[in-house]
Amino acid sequence: MLEIKVGQGSCGISAGAAKVYDALQAALDADVKLSVTGCIGMCFLEPIVDIYDDGKLTRLVRVQPKDAQAIAQYLQTGDEASVASLKISAEDSAFLDKQTRIALRNCGLIDPENLDDAVAHQGYAALRKAVTEMTPEEVIEEIKISGLAGRGGAGFPTWFKWNAARQSTGSPKYLICNADEGDPGAFMDRAVIEGDPHALIEGMLIGAYAIGAAEAIVYVRAEYPLAIKRLEKAIADASAAGYIGEHIFGSDFSCGFRIKAGAGAFVCGEETALIESLEGQRGMPRLKPPFPAQSGYWHKPSNINNVETFANVAWILNNGGEAFAAMGTEGSKGTKGTKVFALTGKIKRGGLVEIPMGKTLRDVVFDIGGGMRGERNFKGVQLGGPSGGCVPLAGIDTIIDYKALSATGAIMGSGGMVIMDEDTCMVQMAKFFLDFTAKESCGKCVACRIGTKRLLEILTRICDGEGREGDIELLEELCSRIKENALCGLGQTAPNPVLTTIRYFRDEYEAHIRDKRCPAGECTALVRYSIDADKCRGCSLCSRKCPVNAISGEIGKPFSIDSDACIRCGQCAAVCKFGAVRKG
Amino acid sequence: MEKTSELARLAEVIAQYRDTPGSLITVLQKAQGIYGYLPQDVLEHIAKELVIPTARVFGVATFYTQFRFQPVGKYFIELCKGTACHVNGADTIERTIREELGISDGETTADGLFSLKCVACLGCCSLSPVMMLNGETYGSLTPAKVRKIISEKRKEAGSNA
Repeated sequence: MLEIKVGQGSCGISAGAAKVYDALQAALDADVKLSVTGCIGMCFLEPIVDIYDDGKLTRLVRVQPKDAQAIAQYLQTGDEASVASLKISAEDSAFLDKQTRIALRNCGLIDPENLDDAVAHQGYAALRKAVTEMTPEEVIEEIKISGLAGRGGAGFPTWFKWNAARQSTGSPKYLICNADEGDPGAFMDRAVIEGDPHALIEGMLIGAYAIGAAEAIVYVRAEYPLAIKRLEKAIADASAAGYIGEHIFGSDFSCGFRIKAGAGAFVCGEETALIESLEGQRGMPRLKPPFPAQSGYWHKPSNINNVETFANVAWILNNGGEAFAAMGTEGSKGTKGTKVFALTGKIKRGGLVEIPMGKTLRDVVFDIGGGMRGERNFKGVQLGGPSGGCVPLAGIDTIIDYKALSATGAIMGSGGMVIMDEDTCMVQMAKFFLDFTAKESCGKCVACRIGTKRLLEILTRICDGEGREGDIELLEELCSRIKENALCGLGQTAPNPVLTTIRYFRDEYEAHIRDKRCPAGECTALVRYSIDADKCRGCSLCSRKCPVNAISGEIGKPFSIDSDACIRCGQCAAVCKFGAVRKG
Repeated sequence: MEKTSELARLAEVIAQYRDTPGSLITVLQKAQGIYGYLPQDVLEHIAKELVIPTARVFGVATFYTQFRFQPVGKYFIELCKGTACHVNGADTIERTIREELGISDGETTADGLFSLKCVACLGCCSLSPVMMLNGETYGSLTPAKVRKIISEKRKEAGSNA
């Protein structure tokens, strides 16, 4: 049987996948089964069309609507020549072949809006097993054996949180999923919800059974409209099928399920702030203890995990905790299972990468990601967003493990991995994150509210060429004070981008402060434009384009730029046809 | 709050959520869905109806970036300033939009056609730099591509007028 699947995650759709789908629908015979699937994870090849012929996969990439006829012809005649140019290369195929997909097991495989498709791929089998064959304690024990730890970034053992909520005496209890994926540069959770919403629902229901919760709630970012739409459909379908509601699978376990759309506040990724927001308040963190397991939503026992954590749960019950623990780093304190990373930035093959813990950053960046896009060299990788840090080339062989990554000053984080090349200024990078945290600081504690603002002011001054001797030490001191005194995890980790860039790229800070020079050429105030006399043909184009008449010369002879008059807008470099305008 | 149809829809929303504690954010989201933004008198009305102090309603509304207090243009541009977009040149894209439209972050053009808002991350990092225009995502932006999108929308608006 012939089956065609078009990858339609948010990124696929913006690359044109929906138009490709429509074109295929018009071109294909009615007996060919055409369906939508979630994010396949190879964002650099979108739009992607998968052809399954009795299970045998032919993958076509960067498909355009105009290719629909050729695809129809290929399906009729079986002549590969008509689609030869669209077929994925062996090199690109390796991007997926080198991964181990557990949380993403069905993403890009099933139709996320079709419950039957999910059930045909083991959907809700683990839930049935849990509620009909296992006690809640046995479920928690299995999760303990697996070694699953919170994938939102902190890496706290999942079984421990579940057990604490189970032991807690209040009633009713709530199970909450944190899908407020606010880290800039991260989209793992979006891909899971858009690609396999039933995996999330099933994992949450198993968690609800384990802790004894009466209601499960997903707190999703409002910026993810497609994820909300697909999750709503999945909840409706699962409710109609009896997987959500009263007496699930004929057992005594009953559980309600609902979505709460966030309203845009990064701090709501912090669990107590998220609870405040769920209660309709400003999302400001509460002091811990008491922990949510004792006093959470409406001051009742609550358990909060993130999307990726829940997406692993059903797999663990189906395959056993030991199979999960077999992947990862050694020892009882090792990091078990797999981790999904969103690989982006100046990378050749960007997308979703799920690999066993214990691989190295090099494996992800250079082996799977294919190294740098463009000619510039690798400079660093940013992990963990605004709470994380930058790891330089010297740390590229660091293994992916909570402890090993923390030792570099970065963190595992939720999975954002942004690759930077030599054109990225690390002081600007630190400034970028502090601009973010200063804006997103909820304002409750002084250390974060005022501290991040002061850090941003100092970084801005350095980027503007007004850095002073002693600024680096001042930054370091301020960072340590914020880490010690901030109320919640977000404030405590906000200095990490500054500290890691100082630790690994101190020379760049010094160049900005002492030499008033930006080695990466990114800080506008420190950039100097000049004309290479050997390359300049004297066409006068730059001179005519210059908004402040800072460029002069005679036609046919090399022109020159008056650096004092120059406002560094860069238009001369943009218009020069001979590459004669130098920046540095 | 002049139009009665809008007020009727708001009354429906309030009736639906009045007895569910913790629904303020949901009510504000639906109100913004009705009016396109949150006018001051609507906020005051919600406060009165839900019996919540007006100061608290304003406190919650101003805490979250999703809520707007001014009407937005016909074309609402949300420019992603996430990490991947930053590394791939979102600042250049912002400069282009500013030059083309003469507006900065949070402003609307005088003709009411375009509004610009810089947002944290749209989660389409592989296509960076990215922007959303009325909910539709545009990826791998270049200054030329942005100018083309803007001029197309201008034409579209012109032909409808």
